[in-house]
Amino acid sequence: MIKTPIYLDNNATTQMDPRVLDAMLPYFTEKFGNAASRNHPYGWVAEEGVDYAREQVAKLIGANEKEIIFTSGATESDNLAIKGVYEMYKDKGNHIITLTTEHKAVLDACKHLEKLGANITYLDVESDGLVDLQKLEAAMTTETILVAIMYANNEIGVIQPVKQISAIAHKFGALFFTDAVQAVGKIPVNVIDDGIDLLALSGHKMYGPKGVGALYVRRKNPRVKVTSQMDGGGHERGMRSGTLNVPGIVGLGKACELCFDEMETEAVRLTALRNKLESSLSELEESYVNGNVNHRLPHTANISFKYVEGEGLMMAMKDMAVSSGSACTSASLEPSYVLKSLGLSDDLAHSSIRFGLGRFSTEEEVDFAIENTKKAVLHLRELSPLWEMFKEGIDLDSIEWAAH
Amino acid sequence: MAYSDKVIDHYSNPRNVGTLDKSKKSVGTGLVGAPECGDVMRLQIEVDENHMITDAKFKTFGCGSAIASSSLATEWLKGKSINDALEIDNMDIVEELALPPVKIHCSVLAEDAIKSAINDYRAKNGLPLFELEKSHH
Repeated sequence: MIKTPIYLDNNATTQMDPRVLDAMLPYFTEKFGNAASRNHPYGWVAEEGVDYAREQVAKLIGANEKEIIFTSGATESDNLAIKGVYEMYKDKGNHIITLTTEHKAVLDACKHLEKLGANITYLDVESDGLVDLQKLEAAMTTETILVAIMYANNEIGVIQPVKQISAIAHKFGALFFTDAVQAVGKIPVNVIDDGIDLLALSGHKMYGPKGVGALYVRRKNPRVKVTSQMDGGGHERGMRSGTLNVPGIVGLGKACELCFDEMETEAVRLTALRNKLESSLSELEESYVNGNVNHRLPHTANISFKYVEGEGLMMAMKDMAVSSGSACTSASLEPSYVLKSLGLSDDLAHSSIRFGLGRFSTEEEVDFAIENTKKAVLHLRELSPLWEMFKEGIDLDSIEWAAH
Repeated sequence: MAYSDKVIDHYSNPRNVGTLDKSKKSVGTGLVGAPECGDVMRLQIEVDENHMITDAKFKTFGCGSAIASSSLATEWLKGKSINDALEIDNMDIVEELALPPVKIHCSVLAEDAIKSAINDYRAKNGLPLFELEKSHH
């Protein structure tokens, strides 16, 4: 028996691993000390927990533990990296390059800096979701201080060529920041090999707790500094003040350790499940996989089912928790800006569903998802005037729609 | 967002899904919305010589509320005269289905579809057209 609705939205958040909870629990009660209390054992015990977590996080991304700044999550890490670098280095230049498909935390931090005088280039991606390296290089100037490009995209899962991106950034003397929220713990990420200067990660995307994340800030070759965005007690090497969230940090550390140990076998298992899901659903007529399929996270699939609308479809898939690029899921009435950046027409963007598998997904659940989705698509196509027109051979582009 | 029971009922068991022969003089067809906006409704009515609506069918590309709005509209249309049908207001649909504010456009689209189907029938039968309100959404 499987429990419904089955959870296939692991790009949004993940279920915390019970082993993470076990590691955290003592830090709520008997080990409740403030990690900054240097004068008594309560503080020392908490500090030990934090130090160990810092090592666990650093190990997962190939960093030194002194390079890990704990934050409240990836949104804060993104803000600290982008605003902090701009404030620290703006005398050197005011130009930042990012992508149109970045997470809102990155895009909105950049927009904020524009108001303060920064010059931001929002590079378009290619139709497969990847950045064109020549276009990136062409956009670099002597004023460029930062290239902010995500490791893997949250909607379509495509993995950017970070190694080549960092090489281009460094050639022009700019720093490279990557929002690696979707990638860390899922695929090998190594800040040395990848040439990463700053990296954002989040606990709840990798089976850890919500409300905790980290920013990696390189200490050597070059030594990177960010201006703190929160004033206070000077915690985290002065870059992020605020009493440390000790249970959360311990949980993040444990989550990183588990990913380090299990990621390789998990990636193989999830790739097989995802491919099964994707190839079965591709048997449906007029279904399209979005994003580059060769450079992609193991657990993510984004598929458009033409002539059905995403939110309507999700309603028919009520025994599954998935996500849609349809406008109706947000109040904005605009379909996914990420899918539109790929050059998808609005109707295909409206028709997209994101499937995000995870550590607790089973083959039985994937089989259920395949059957359920197929049934839902066929049901909605029965109701769809567009499907009927398509079947009659009517060119939908030839119709003068009353856009509203 | 949670849907009302009535939306779920119409969505799960849509009434009057289908297609009428649009080449017939007695059939009026309304096709409103646009694929890029995420909703398209096609509503059809069959009208007898007394201008009474004897049958209504729909097909809708859209969210659950759009499907429910058009399904409800076909229920309400059957048995009405084409003049009475014009009285159906989108706010009646909003009320009946308990649509939240972000879904009001679905009811507006259903009202547009009704009016556009009736106008199509009028045009085919040499009746004077009435002015369609310009898109309100």
